[in-house]
Amino acid sequence: MLNFNEITAYLKDYDEEPISLMEVCGTHTAAIAKCGLRSMLSDKIKLVSGPGCPVCVTVSAYIDKLCALSLMAGNTVVTFGDMMRVHGSQSSLNEAKSSGASVQMVYSPFDILKLAADNPNITYIFAAIGFETTTPIYALLLEQAIAKSINNIKLLTSLKTMPAALSWICSQNSKIDGFIAPGHVSVMTGSEIYHAIAEKYNLPFAIAGFDGEQILAAIYTLIKQKKSNKVVNLYRSAVNENANLQASALIKKYFVEDTASWRGIGNIAASGLYLKEQYNAFDAGSFGLDNDNNLTPQCRCGEILIGNLSPNDCPLFGKACMPQNPKGACMVSEEGACFTKFSYERN
Amino acid sequence: MKITAIHGSGGRATSELIDKVFAAHFGNEILNSFEDSAVVPSSGRIAVTTDSFVVTPLFFKGGDIGKLAICGTVNDLLMSGAIPKYLTCGFIIEEGAEISALEKIALSMKNCALEAGVIIIAGDTKVIEGNGGIYINTTGIGFVPEERTVSPKNAQEGDVIILSGTLGDHHCAILSARLNIENTISSDCAPLNNMVTSLFENGIAVKAMRDVTRGGLATILNEIAHAAHLGIEIEENMLPVSPQVSALCGILGLDPLYMGNEGKFIAVVAQKDAQRAVEILKMHSYGAQAAIIGNIINGESIVSMKTKPGGKRQLSVLLGEGLPRIC
Repeated sequence: MLNFNEITAYLKDYDEEPISLMEVCGTHTAAIAKCGLRSMLSDKIKLVSGPGCPVCVTVSAYIDKLCALSLMAGNTVVTFGDMMRVHGSQSSLNEAKSSGASVQMVYSPFDILKLAADNPNITYIFAAIGFETTTPIYALLLEQAIAKSINNIKLLTSLKTMPAALSWICSQNSKIDGFIAPGHVSVMTGSEIYHAIAEKYNLPFAIAGFDGEQILAAIYTLIKQKKSNKVVNLYRSAVNENANLQASALIKKYFVEDTASWRGIGNIAASGLYLKEQYNAFDAGSFGLDNDNNLTPQCRCGEILIGNLSPNDCPLFGKACMPQNPKGACMVSEEGACFTKFSYERN
Repeated sequence: MKITAIHGSGGRATSELIDKVFAAHFGNEILNSFEDSAVVPSSGRIAVTTDSFVVTPLFFKGGDIGKLAICGTVNDLLMSGAIPKYLTCGFIIEEGAEISALEKIALSMKNCALEAGVIIIAGDTKVIEGNGGIYINTTGIGFVPEERTVSPKNAQEGDVIILSGTLGDHHCAILSARLNIENTISSDCAPLNNMVTSLFENGIAVKAMRDVTRGGLATILNEIAHAAHLGIEIEENMLPVSPQVSALCGILGLDPLYMGNEGKFIAVVAQKDAQRAVEILKMHSYGAQAAIIGNIINGESIVSMKTKPGGKRQLSVLLGEGLPRIC
């Protein structure tokens, strides 16, 4: 392996066949933009963002359901901040709140335990979105709620898993030559989940952490491994070959795999996790939320999410759609491809 | 003892509260006259600013709402080149607030005002229904010396941007208190008088100043770039950030460039003054980490940053809400 200066020089001077690499994780998308990494790459190396930001892939039916629940007497919807601004077919949680809905923002799902214990007459509904990284936390939350006999907690889930989504992208005749694999997800799943996809589509994967140096090393690795099916783990301080057993056990205890709907993409079989039947009492109605209609017609989030278009290709980008007034989910999340492009790489 | 509606009646209970809590700590010749308005001498150019303080929690590591209410307004006056002189102070207190908390806040304001060289010359107290909250408005009056013009419009290509210390401390201290995260991060809430005065007294021609408050460094640099019709380029490697703040921001997915301070400022000075200005700031305890962070450059009103790995990116104003990441 070359040293850092040699890698940056190689990436700046790269003059071989153009290559297109996808970073799947929203935190990578933000880190690439914040570190200004594109300015360090040859024009022949293209980085595209994948569907790895949970806010960006949440369908309108889910937002609509959250808004409806938040407006019902006796309910409080509890959520992470970014979800407040995502539009459904009618409104966002922020707008619902200004119409009298009960919505509370928290930094940790576990905050809901104290809220629920202190206010037994209110049903707290957590907007449980996320990937393999966040799902064990929701399982742990239920574990604790059950242990403490707290019954006024429900989850409205929109939980997704990476392997099926990655396979789907690869199956769409995509022009991607390799993946910077999601760092946080890999901590939970291990690097083993990528082997089957790498082999099936003959594409390399590089698992990286979130500092600029490691992402550049991943880009270099993927160029060198182009057209191979190698899975290279550069994030060995946090990622093992195998899954985190405790997290996997928790997910298996509470959740079951099924079809999930992805914003702008549609249904992907076996790409979602739902509460098991015996935990129905904790489910706020998460099944069947696959309608993704009535989004702004010109919005190109769906194609941006799978790397077919860049934010600049969307007619709304930076005009009708800006962080202050986002039309598409990719402009809402601070880790969305459009938000990071607008904020850090516009000029 | 708690505040009740009777303390806002305007009658005896109100007088007792004012005497015991506010007059006892803020008392001075002008305030003690208890006239309908304060009459003070003045001359030349007057700077006026006002700010309201609604922070939760009221007390946090490194400060409290009272200290903030003095520092915030005093620092705004200083940034215009004014010498702060007088403050007015309005309290809006919710029923249920502890009188002992009010006393603590008033004492903190007294001490901070003393350090900042200002006196409180007028005040108001209102009690409203609620749940023990306390809100403070302060208006500040200062005098701008005739020869002094401090404005971003003075900035020129080649000028140097100096930051008086580490980023994000206040924001992280408040966030830690709200989230019950134990750490050693303390708010940097402080009056900037001594540092600013030192710069002028030592003959540094300060062209522009801004305190780094809400919106963070990135937002105020954009304000300066737009006012000056010039670009700004800073270096990430030069930015002072404490390891504790850096770690907390890493965990929560926050960016120190967009986090508020309450005791830091940036100064724009000519290249020839830059090194000496940093040395002067470093002599003060609040300025020990002062550093040159970048330059005014020719071009569009865009702020850009050379990143640690060697890339370049734009710094926009705060666009989101500075929320922690969720995955």
